[in-house]
Amino acid sequence: MNTVIFRTVAPGIAALMLVFSVFVLLRGHNEPGGGFIGGLIGASGLAVYGIACGVREARKAMVVHPITIAGFGVFIAAISGLLPLFAEVPFLTGLWWIFELEGREIALSTPLIFDIGVYAAVVGAVSTIALTLESDEEHF
Amino acid sequence: MESPYQSLDLPPAMIATATAIDDWVVVWPVALSLLGAGLLVMLRRHRDMQLAFAVAIILAIVVSNVTLVLRVLETGPVAMTMGKWLPPFGITFGADMTSALFSLAASAAALFVAFYAQGEIDAREHRFGFYPMLLLLLCGVCGSFLTGDIFNLYVWFEVMLISSFGLLILGGRKVQLDGAVKYGFLNLLATAFFLATVAYLYGVTGTLNFADLVAKADTIPLGIMLTLAALFLFAFGVKAAAFPANAWLPASYHTPAVSVSAVFGGLLTKVGAYAIIRVLMFVLPEGRAALEPVIAVIAVATLLLGPIGALAQTNIRRAIGFLVIGGIGALFAGLSLGSMHGIGGAVFYGVHSILTITALYLAAGLVEKMSGTTEIRLMGGIYAANSLLSAVFIFLVFTISGLPPFLGFWPKLLLVEGGVRAGDWFIVSGLLLNSFITLIATSRIWLHVFWRNGPEGERSEQRNTMLRALSGAENRFGLPSVVVLAGLIAALGLFPDWLFNASGMAGFDMLDPSRYIAAVFVEVAQP
Repeated sequence: MNTVIFRTVAPGIAALMLVFSVFVLLRGHNEPGGGFIGGLIGASGLAVYGIACGVREARKAMVVHPITIAGFGVFIAAISGLLPLFAEVPFLTGLWWIFELEGREIALSTPLIFDIGVYAAVVGAVSTIALTLESDEEHF
Repeated sequence: MESPYQSLDLPPAMIATATAIDDWVVVWPVALSLLGAGLLVMLRRHRDMQLAFAVAIILAIVVSNVTLVLRVLETGPVAMTMGKWLPPFGITFGADMTSALFSLAASAAALFVAFYAQGEIDAREHRFGFYPMLLLLLCGVCGSFLTGDIFNLYVWFEVMLISSFGLLILGGRKVQLDGAVKYGFLNLLATAFFLATVAYLYGVTGTLNFADLVAKADTIPLGIMLTLAALFLFAFGVKAAAFPANAWLPASYHTPAVSVSAVFGGLLTKVGAYAIIRVLMFVLPEGRAALEPVIAVIAVATLLLGPIGALAQTNIRRAIGFLVIGGIGALFAGLSLGSMHGIGGAVFYGVHSILTITALYLAAGLVEKMSGTTEIRLMGGIYAANSLLSAVFIFLVFTISGLPPFLGFWPKLLLVEGGVRAGDWFIVSGLLLNSFITLIATSRIWLHVFWRNGPEGERSEQRNTMLRALSGAENRFGLPSVVVLAGLIAALGLFPDWLFNASGMAGFDMLDPSRYIAAVFVEVAQP
């Protein structure tokens, strides 16, 4: 798989897929998209990078171990469920802060935090699996 | 019976009432353990922090569960529907006394296991995530006990199953993989049946919420009801390791680390037994009534097979695995009686079994560490080497066999009384024989492991030269958790009054769902 063409193009493709995955993540909730599908796209980007440049390179590029990213995802998803505690509404209730910024409506919400958590969990878990399958050594 | 939400203007009911912070007790166990699991995964390289965080989080869950039990004792069932959706559509968490007691016992057992594990789990197993997986397992177990939605119950079963796979193969020895394949295959099969049956139930009634299902279950034709009940009985029966689907349990539970065996033996099968009581007694009582003879046969066969199997084993943890199965028989016996005494006794027995089985596994683990073997035949002489451990073990032997005044006696008393009142001598004789054979099997273990001087075949004067003293970590973490847990069991056995009250309430709310339904639909009732 490590032809010159693929190795040259792969970092670009991976970067593009990661940016696109964030776009899909933020687009979600009321339109098609969201944390899960965004996370899958992001993990595929990392997997492409791993195939082209080697698992060692991919791990170095990610800085933290992917399973840590997954743990972080679960952690902030749980946090987003706990925030409604302060608004006296049940667990996991969506809270919205909608405000205008330079004439555009920006909507921030606990479902968004939850979705970011899902995104991180999926990116972390799927890229852990992908990189483990691509490599033949044990990294943990 | 029509569910109350149908007659109301829905949107106002959905936004009208504020949720009291007190109601959060039903979600804290799940929310905290998820939070903790995420945190500990991130900190998995910091071995020193793992135990402190895990114990702190499980302690918080125990406190929350104590609050829940006290709250249910005082005001009856508590419920909360996620995301402020209306009860039959949103996912409800609801706790009556049965859920609360099981959840409390499970989290208490997990606390001792978490502490014990520090003396056993090595650096590699730490890094592979023992504590995060333990917390996820607890999350699945508490979620299963507290959820008020049958599809959500499936989700928590999955959470539990996935983390249990991880724990089961932690260490990666060949025998563990062998056990994990048997465990995994049968559990996946049971889960698939469970999911298919949930789909069928949803197709018939159009709802998944327990409280709503109770109301709709009246309209199900008997044939379909019988099919549903039988499928649930099969799926949960496999999970609970009831006869004849019990083979996977003794084949897998002795293979992983002792702490993992303890938490599996204590918690996992009880979730299956809880689910069967919840679904057959609470949601589909007519199905249970129709299946009563089948349940009675399963109960008595399981009651007898467990201790007889334990009698035949020479591997100490395998023998305890069979005792787990015997305990499941008692829970099924309660379900088969189907009366206040039966269900109350089953819930009481569940609490006893969660704590006592966990303690037995943990104590057996220390015995294995001291003797360096898992074979009862090669052990001996531990009474002289560690008299504290011997005393704790004989106490647990008496408790699991149901001798008065220990904890195991009281639920058996309730169950037998229920059986006598119903004139069900089949169940009564099963229960009494179970106690008798359990006593023989467990005293045989005690006799061989502790009382005898050396291994089998040696002359009795000879000392067991293979014994070693407990290591520093085992003395600091292992022995104290076993002793304190045994002390807790002893205290519960000597002062069983509140547990009698609580299990009476559990039986009452299980037979008469009206208080539970009122708690789930409370937001609708006051628009």
